[in-house]
Amino acid sequence: MHEAAVAERIPPAREASAWREFWQAYSQSRGALIGLALVMALVLLALFADVVSPHPPNEQYRDFTLTPPAWHEAGTANFILGTDPVGRDMLSRLIHGTRLSLLIGLISVTISLVLGVALGLLAGYFRGLTETTIMRLMDVMLALPSLLLAIAVVAILGPGLINAMYAIAIVLLPHYVRLTRAAVLAEAGKEYVASSRIAGAGPIRLMFATILPNCAAPLIVQATLGFSSAILDAAALGFLGLGAQPPTPEWGSMLAGALEFIQRASWVVTFPGLAILITVLAFNLMGDGLRDALDPKLKR
Amino acid sequence: MLTYILRRAALIIPTFIGVTLLAFALIHLIPGDPVENLSGERGMDPARRERLLHEFGLDRPLAVQYATYVRQVLKGDLGTSLTTHEPVLSEFLTLFPATIELAFFAMVLAVCIGLPAGILAALKRNTVADYAVMGVSLTGYSMPIFWWALLLILFFSVQLGWTPVSGRIAVEFDVPASTGLMLIDSLRSGEAGAFRSALSHLVLPAIALGTIPLAVIARMTRSSMLEVLREDYVRTARAKGLPYWRVVLIHALRNALIPVITVIGLQVGLLLSGAILTETIFSWPGVGNWLIHGVQSRDYPVVQGGILLVASIVISVNLIVDLLYGVINPRIRHA
Repeated sequence: MHEAAVAERIPPAREASAWREFWQAYSQSRGALIGLALVMALVLLALFADVVSPHPPNEQYRDFTLTPPAWHEAGTANFILGTDPVGRDMLSRLIHGTRLSLLIGLISVTISLVLGVALGLLAGYFRGLTETTIMRLMDVMLALPSLLLAIAVVAILGPGLINAMYAIAIVLLPHYVRLTRAAVLAEAGKEYVASSRIAGAGPIRLMFATILPNCAAPLIVQATLGFSSAILDAAALGFLGLGAQPPTPEWGSMLAGALEFIQRASWVVTFPGLAILITVLAFNLMGDGLRDALDPKLKR
Repeated sequence: MLTYILRRAALIIPTFIGVTLLAFALIHLIPGDPVENLSGERGMDPARRERLLHEFGLDRPLAVQYATYVRQVLKGDLGTSLTTHEPVLSEFLTLFPATIELAFFAMVLAVCIGLPAGILAALKRNTVADYAVMGVSLTGYSMPIFWWALLLILFFSVQLGWTPVSGRIAVEFDVPASTGLMLIDSLRSGEAGAFRSALSHLVLPAIALGTIPLAVIARMTRSSMLEVLREDYVRTARAKGLPYWRVVLIHALRNALIPVITVIGLQVGLLLSGAILTETIFSWPGVGNWLIHGVQSRDYPVVQGGILLVASIVISVNLIVDLLYGVINPRIRHA
């Protein structure tokens, strides 16, 4: 209420000041800034993968199999991070892997966010049997360890990158449903919702236009953290041979494909894992930063 | 207290029904029915197919099939593995101790390091120690553990030659399985070096599996500790002249531990997830390894039974954690 009153007095600056306030809170944490910078770099790398990578990701240079990275004595500047067992350039495959991983994160988080928000709104708005059915189903899904649930879904759909994304979307779903429902329950009793209803807004408008925007903060945080679990789970599925299939340059399946060479050529194993770690770390840093910036309880 | 226990226990019944529905649906959602999978590539003549469908009860209505399935599950009959022709339940029970042993030591490691690290970070807030603990635990939290396990093998097994790469004990030891827990069995066997061998096989997998819970526990302990240290009663205790360590370790820690215990309980699902990866890498003969083999060889009774059993374990542990929480915190019990 107080904020609204202030905004009325100085209307044009409202949007900008909300952003500035958010940015001030977010940029206080060095970790959050590092996370943001890393994520931006990864997105650029993914967008321009074709331009940036020195070689095509699936081109096999048969004379250069298992070439060590450039800083080794036997390495060459042509293959900066070395080559894999069939002579493909590690760096190019890792760069194209960035594109895949971010895409996996984006698609699975989007699917489960859209579905989860819809189910959560339904459960929180209509209550009763709808709520019980939806929430019990989510409880069942939460009872299974995430990777096991993903494996069960892949067992039904069959292995592959697309099915892995569906599996991960299903695994992430209960978190969004619960968050949305809880937020809706908290918001639905407030005065602005009642006044909107009296003004004649129907249930769809009330759910999506009136209530939803006020539940956005926890969902944004959860979506960011969802990216990191999606990328991690996709890599685990790829590693187990249930996700992306060779020769797709996906980090987890790259790791699995190089396992037998771990003693002779450690770089084929270390770099893909490092790529996963850095990406997941970046999203976690960003998610933590967003939570601290958006969580009103921690604001001073 | 009893009403609380009963009420809380009754809540898991729908969840359990849901899990059986999921496990039941799994077999029916998989493309091709079990008879088709049985016939292989050569196909099967329609009359025989009909007969087999009837024999398996697959021609009956789904609701009847589900009822039969639940009845069998309650009797402990989870079907037989298609690859080993052993009952799924007995296979699970043989392998489960290996997973328990691994998960237990991973958890011990996580608690023994995570708890003190979290306390230290909270006490030395905004110092190098705090940043170090938080940095390391955020990295651990983001770690792909299959890769972490490989790095551990590369360094400790390949480079230094300190620990073995896979299995639970060296082949030269023939330890009779009585408890299924290798550390205990090897001690009881009385063979010289058997315990040492079992322990050295356990260390790396336990570190790999314990890393994420460790990170979670350290983070949770820190934030919970920071909150409690701000409380008035902590200041009062200090003002009374109690020694600092006593206030921290007795007054503050006791209350700070409540959310930490919940988090520890919630790690069970995570541990079982992680066990799938860790066991695969270290060829640890536990249920995670077994499940992955089941998925890869399309051994559906194993996948179905395994999912049902693991989910039941997670549900039960969560229930126990909830009940314990009620014991520690009366406010929950009477809510």
